[in-house]
Order: sequence, then structure tokens, then C-alpha cells
Amino acid sequence: MRKNQVAVVGAAETTELGIIPNASQLQLHADAALNAIADAGLKLSDIDGFATAVETPQQVCHYLGIKPTWVDGTSVGGCSFMLHVRHAAAAIEAGLCQTVLITHAESGKSMIGKLPRSTPPDSLNGQFEAPYGVYGPPSMFPIPVLRFMKTWGITHEQLASVAVVQREWAAKNPRAMMKDPITVADVLNSRMIAYPFRLLQCCLVTDGGGALILTSADRARDFPRKPVYIMGTGESVETPMVSQMETFNSSRAFKTAGPLAFKEAGIAHKDVDHLMIYDAFAHLPLFGLGDLGFMPYEATGQFIADGNTRPGGKLPLNTNGGGLSYMHSGMYGMYALQESVRQMRGIAPAQVPNAKISVCHGVGGMFAASGTIVFTNER
Amino acid sequence: MAEPQRARPKPTPETQHFWDGTKAGELRLQRCDACAHVYFPPRPFCPSCASRKVSIFKASGRGFLYSYVINHRPAAPGFTPPYAIAVVELDEGPRMMSNIIDCPQTPEALELDMKLEVAFQELDDKITLPVFRPAKG
Repeated sequence: MRKNQVAVVGAAETTELGIIPNASQLQLHADAALNAIADAGLKLSDIDGFATAVETPQQVCHYLGIKPTWVDGTSVGGCSFMLHVRHAAAAIEAGLCQTVLITHAESGKSMIGKLPRSTPPDSLNGQFEAPYGVYGPPSMFPIPVLRFMKTWGITHEQLASVAVVQREWAAKNPRAMMKDPITVADVLNSRMIAYPFRLLQCCLVTDGGGALILTSADRARDFPRKPVYIMGTGESVETPMVSQMETFNSSRAFKTAGPLAFKEAGIAHKDVDHLMIYDAFAHLPLFGLGDLGFMPYEATGQFIADGNTRPGGKLPLNTNGGGLSYMHSGMYGMYALQESVRQMRGIAPAQVPNAKISVCHGVGGMFAASGTIVFTNER
Repeated sequence: MAEPQRARPKPTPETQHFWDGTKAGELRLQRCDACAHVYFPPRPFCPSCASRKVSIFKASGRGFLYSYVINHRPAAPGFTPPYAIAVVELDEGPRMMSNIIDCPQTPEALELDMKLEVAFQELDDKITLPVFRPAKG
């Protein structure tokens, strides 16, 4: 795909984030969509392309009254929205549609109109993982981390510092769910969830949603907001079974998606002003820093513990507070994209001065899938 | 009210040989006749070279502890926390999820790379689960 041919011209989250007891999951999709439409100065009838995950495109399109000529229902977990951005950019460039709306919403906490997640007993996961007591992401996502720590010499304190640094960012963000400062000791003394991870190393569980609107870069000039260009994109999948990853020392999906996006954007790591790495659990930023090639894996833990990713650090990371402190409805990728767009527009609550390139890296399932988007505000 | 039950696998035509094996006290893997790749979970073709000529064989049942978590909460139905959910690397190459028995469920006792051997846990008259315990000697 050619870089900077497509731009984000509308971006918004749901009116409320956190605990939303008065709206169904489907209504949260609509709330985010209507906010994004207003942000872009468009009408619903201007939308001719639509993408969403978990909920079907037909469900959300019918509820909103959208009549699309292009849809994408790619549903690979929390990074689905990174893949939607990539697919939408390709579709717009190919002339299949002009204006794409991407929605995410999840009643993750209040569970109103939330679709059930189930593992059939005759699926491979049902036969070869479920019988051993896996029960939700906290019991599965951290399974690789002890091996990763042993191979690369990462300490428990370094992994705790991920949560501490992100709380510093969250403190600057009025919409963040958790804003009180925490220390490494607080993290290591919080209640055990799945050793080695404790409560403060696991994501929040909240309600919310978000939506993006994309169109061609040529049209983007006529919109009210500063366009944010899609500079590079990548995607991949590996396995739905965490036990079957090629290795626990890295993620194959990350190592495929990330470098694809960097190559397409034609950028080097030193060009990155702002970085989002989907942090459902505290080890993900370490995998991300290594798999995306920012540094050797051995250096990732100390890099964060030394404060390089904190406010004022040389590589601002997860500047909304992340899934650990900002919000996490279950599929966090949309909120990472929203923060990248805010940073590129220059309107983030914890704005990185003069940021011109933002890398937004997502995970789906337990390292099952990955999507990476490079954004820029300069064409 | 009945005790909540641990999740029961339901075999498919492609995996039946594996569950027949555990019931008979064997851990069965598959090897490609064309490229010799050994793989898991079961399927009637080689995921490395796509050959449909594959054989089922009895694995040694030996391996080592590749990684794990000790789950505290929430616990799966039929489990009493804390309990370890482990990934075992078999001597033949493939890895599989399992539980570690005859071993305290603590970070001190569960050392990465410790040698393990397969054991079999009968869940009911249809399903016997392969689990692992510290290898003797």
C-alpha cells in the first residue's frame, strides 16, 4: 500500500467511559459512531464503508441506518480495529468505497447486551487447553511470561514498573479510570491473580467504545479536523492456543505485523515520536519493544524501569495510561488508536510536544493476532 | 447441587486417536512420513509440508517445564486455587498445555526446565487426561 493516501478525519470515544449501566453494547457502538460522525462534520448517509468486530457489520449498520457498499467483519480480538484500518485504507485506495466508519464497543463491565464468549468442548482449545483450568485471559495471557523472563533476564520489579509508569500517564488524563500514583512495591504487594502477575499488572474491566472515520487523503483536506495520515500498516495471526505459540521468547504475530508497518512507512525506530503498545497485561510492552525492533529483548525491562517511556522520557509509551490504567473494555485496540490520533492532532491530555509520527501496535487474543498502524500528521 | 465439573474434552474424528491413546495409557503424537516433522495438536496432514501421509506413534512421555502460571482467581470450575497451568515441551518437540501433579503448586517447587513425565488422570469412562509430574531419577 502507498503511504499517506488515506487519512483519519473523524475519531471519538463513547460519551462516557468506565462503568456505563444505562446502555447496551449495541447502543455504545452507536454512541461512539454518532460522536465520530459529529467530529468529522459528516452525516450517517455519507458513510459507504463499515467495519466492526464481535458484533456483525449487519447488526451495527442496521441499528445506525447505514447502507454500506463495503464491509469488513474481521474479528481477531482486540487488534481487530488495527486490521480494519489497514483493510479500509486498501479499500479506499482501490475505489471500493469513499468514507469508512469503524466502530468498537463493549459492555465489558456491565455486561448489557454483551455477546457470550464460549469455547466448545470439541474445539481444539476446548480439548487441549480448557481441561487444564484456563479460565479467562488472566489465566492464559501471562503463561509465556516466566519463560520470557528467564530467557531475557527480566525481573519482577521491571515488570511491575510497567504499571507504575503507565499510572503516571493516567494521572494526566481526566478520563482515565485509575489515576492515583502507585509504586513498584504497591504492584508487587497487590493481590495475586495468576503468578507471576498481580492485580495491578492486569488490565481494567470497563465499558466503552470508540469509532474512527477514514477517507482519501485528497478529500481529507476539506474536513474540519487536522487529518491524520495512515503512513504504514501490518497485520498477522499466529494461533488461538497460547500453548502452541512458536516460542514464548517473542511473538511471531508481532514480529510480522510490526516490521511490515515500519517498512511500508519507510521509517526507522529513531523517527518514532509516540508509541502505543496494547497492554492487556504488563509483559506486552516488553514483547512489543523487542518484537518491533526498538531494542534487544534483554534491554526492554530496564528501559521501562529507567523511566524512558514515562512523561518526559525519550520514547513516550501508552500515553493515555493504557489498558492497565485508562480503560479496557475487553478489546482495547480502538482506545490505543484513539490516543494515537489525539497525539497526531495535538489534542491529547498528555500531549507529546511536536509529535509527528505515532506507532500503534495491537494484539488480539493471547498473542493470537496482531496489527500495527503508523500514523503521521505530515503528508 | 452437583459439584461444578472440570471442562471435558469432546473428541472429533481428527483427535479420536489421541483420546483413545490416553485411555490406553499412551501419549500419542503424529509424525509426517514425508518430512519427519512431529506435531501436535492432532490433524490428518503435516502442518509443515502439507503431506497427508502421516503416522501416529507412542511418544516417550518425557519432557520439561517450558512455562506456567499459578492461577489464583478466578478459578475454573472443578479447580481449587492456587493451581498451576503449565506448558510442557515434549522430548519429541511439540509443546502441550497440562497440569503438574505430585508437586507443590509454588514458584519454588515449579522450576522452569525441570524434567517431567506423563501421567494419566481418568475424568470419566470416556476421557482420560494426560498430565505431568516431576520425573523420577
